[in-house]
Amino acid sequence: MTAAVQRPDAERPLLDVRGLTAELSLEEGPVRAVDGVSFSVPPGGTLGVVGESGCGKSLTALSVLGLAPNPPVRVVGGEVLFQGRDLLKLPEAELRRLRGHHAAMVFQEPMTSLNPVFTVGEQIAEGVRLHLGASRAKARERAVEMLRQVGIPAPEERVDAYPHQLSGGMRQRVMIAMALACDPALLIADEPTTALDVTIQAQILDLLKRLQAERGMAVMLITHDLGVVAESCDTVVVMYAGRVVERAPVRELFSRPAHPYTAGLLRSIPSLQVATGEGGAASQRRLRAIPGMVPSLRRLPSGCAFRDRCDRALEICARVVPPLEPKRDGQLAACHNPVPVP
Amino acid sequence: MSSGPLLQVRDLKVHFPVRGGLLGRVRGAVKAVDGVGFDVVRGETLGLVGESGCGKSTLGRALLRLVEPTAGSIRFDGQELTGQSQRRLRPLRRRMQLVFQDPYASLNPRMTVREILGEPFAIHGLARERGEREREVSALVDAMGLPREALERYPHEFSGGQRQRIGIARAIALRPDLVVADEPISALDVSIQAQIVNLLVDLQRERGLTYVFIAHDLKIVEYVSTRVAVMYLGRIVELAPAAELYRRPRHPYTQALLSSVPVPDPGRARTRLLVPGEPPSPLNPPSGCAFHPRCPHVMERCRRESPPLYPLGGGHTAACFLVEGDSREVTAAPASGGDAGVLAQPPSPG
Repeated sequence: MTAAVQRPDAERPLLDVRGLTAELSLEEGPVRAVDGVSFSVPPGGTLGVVGESGCGKSLTALSVLGLAPNPPVRVVGGEVLFQGRDLLKLPEAELRRLRGHHAAMVFQEPMTSLNPVFTVGEQIAEGVRLHLGASRAKARERAVEMLRQVGIPAPEERVDAYPHQLSGGMRQRVMIAMALACDPALLIADEPTTALDVTIQAQILDLLKRLQAERGMAVMLITHDLGVVAESCDTVVVMYAGRVVERAPVRELFSRPAHPYTAGLLRSIPSLQVATGEGGAASQRRLRAIPGMVPSLRRLPSGCAFRDRCDRALEICARVVPPLEPKRDGQLAACHNPVPVP
Repeated sequence: MSSGPLLQVRDLKVHFPVRGGLLGRVRGAVKAVDGVGFDVVRGETLGLVGESGCGKSTLGRALLRLVEPTAGSIRFDGQELTGQSQRRLRPLRRRMQLVFQDPYASLNPRMTVREILGEPFAIHGLARERGEREREVSALVDAMGLPREALERYPHEFSGGQRQRIGIARAIALRPDLVVADEPISALDVSIQAQIVNLLVDLQRERGLTYVFIAHDLKIVEYVSTRVAVMYLGRIVELAPAAELYRRPRHPYTQALLSSVPVPDPGRARTRLLVPGEPPSPLNPPSGCAFHPRCPHVMERCRRESPPLYPLGGGHTAACFLVEGDSREVTAAPASGGDAGVLAQPPSPG
């Protein structure tokens, strides 16, 4: 959301995930829901993680903060370096101290993460008292202040409201207020606007951008909406069937995608034709859909998981899983036959 | 089949009573649809957009009389739908169908695809001969791009996209004239959405279907629609040919809505028009224009009066006092039709 920091070695990343691998146990046995995922987020930077349902993006986010439910999820490999420490090796008590303080998370559906029997003020204040050791009165003051910062009208009154008394957009603001109350260095937001209407989505994304700039906070934004990614992120990770298939700076990703899956996703969404005035374009041309469907983790094809939907598949794709490697300046892709630069 | 519009809607209202207290007395009404009028021309796609709670889904269901209208008129191919008994409606039912958002919730989990697709024929007593029904059902599966083996399987064995294909197949089984599609792709993955949109567009072309396409995704609506109606709190605030609406939105709400859509182009600098606040509750709507508490151009008059839909020429109408002057110029011109001020008329085909 802030200007991209394009000096990979100038600054140590705030979050450095290396080879994160997590298994999900199903009746038939375990499947790799997250498979060797690597990325990093610089201080103040914004990383977007995109992919379709079941690609492992949410599980990756949950695993980073040790929030994935075990069972059925088990992290079996990799490192999650945050401020220099490997979170996968931290005891639960220390993780708990870190979560909500230095790193916080916002979910898609605020109603499931807000406690219905406490007021929103109590829920914001709880973290402040726990992590910052503030007094009851100070914590309440902080709660009011946070509600004001996230744009909730009449915060002195709303601080005593229960979650069900608020609209969906207001609840999401409360979630953000709660997440930011202790001034975290990293915010992980999992589909934070997906359940919201478009005008409210615009308000929330604008709010996140503003708060991020004010605080120099890093954001990891998980979404399926490529429009949201384009407008919010510096760097993007594209996931498919548990793996990272492409990682690139946002402009490169959209202007010259290297992985055929990324290119296919970009082609399949109609863009707003406001500039050209081609409304009702369906009568003139078809959308270029990606054929087939997202494979089940239980029945992944051999080699590259995307190959049977791919228009660039080669013979090698059925045999060898393509590693994620640099294809061109700043752009990595896991593909034997990447899309050439247009 | 008469030659007029397939669907003519006039001053349609759907109010839901709100009960409260010990005796459950009616205390008020949620005006989900509150005075809506438009035509749907044969073979076109009318897009219906708006945010949650604006009444677009209720309107879609009311058009098929799946919810009971409180007032107003719906004429389908010249025949009045309101006030008819369900028995009298039955022969019309097969000509108007609904595609649901969630194909899983709308398909019976205990029926095979063969049974699901055979059911419409059984209900309407069509294709009674076994071989004939088999042929119809097989042809449907083929048209949906599903393998024939699909016929013996149950809904849970399919992916979301395939289930939506089954839902669409069921809707078009009896060769309807009108299909109301209520958020038909919003539950699907991005890579699958385009497949279903293409399927709907192909079916429309092959079978001459007329669509009312309800969605909150403005990009898809622009793509599929001939004309687009924007709803806010139970009313249509703007209606225009798709290209015109997206290029020159006239209502401040439409402008805000379009400006809010995130665009997948990181190189494009955009100044976003942010509207403050949230849509008001339909239980307690604001006075005057329902959008006035959020409107950047609000005037004193907007708080008192509710603006009518002003015709702006070329089938473009908008319910905002800001366009009243432009409308006067349009209606003063001799070329425009006499009743243009009353209704959102579609442009004549040409």
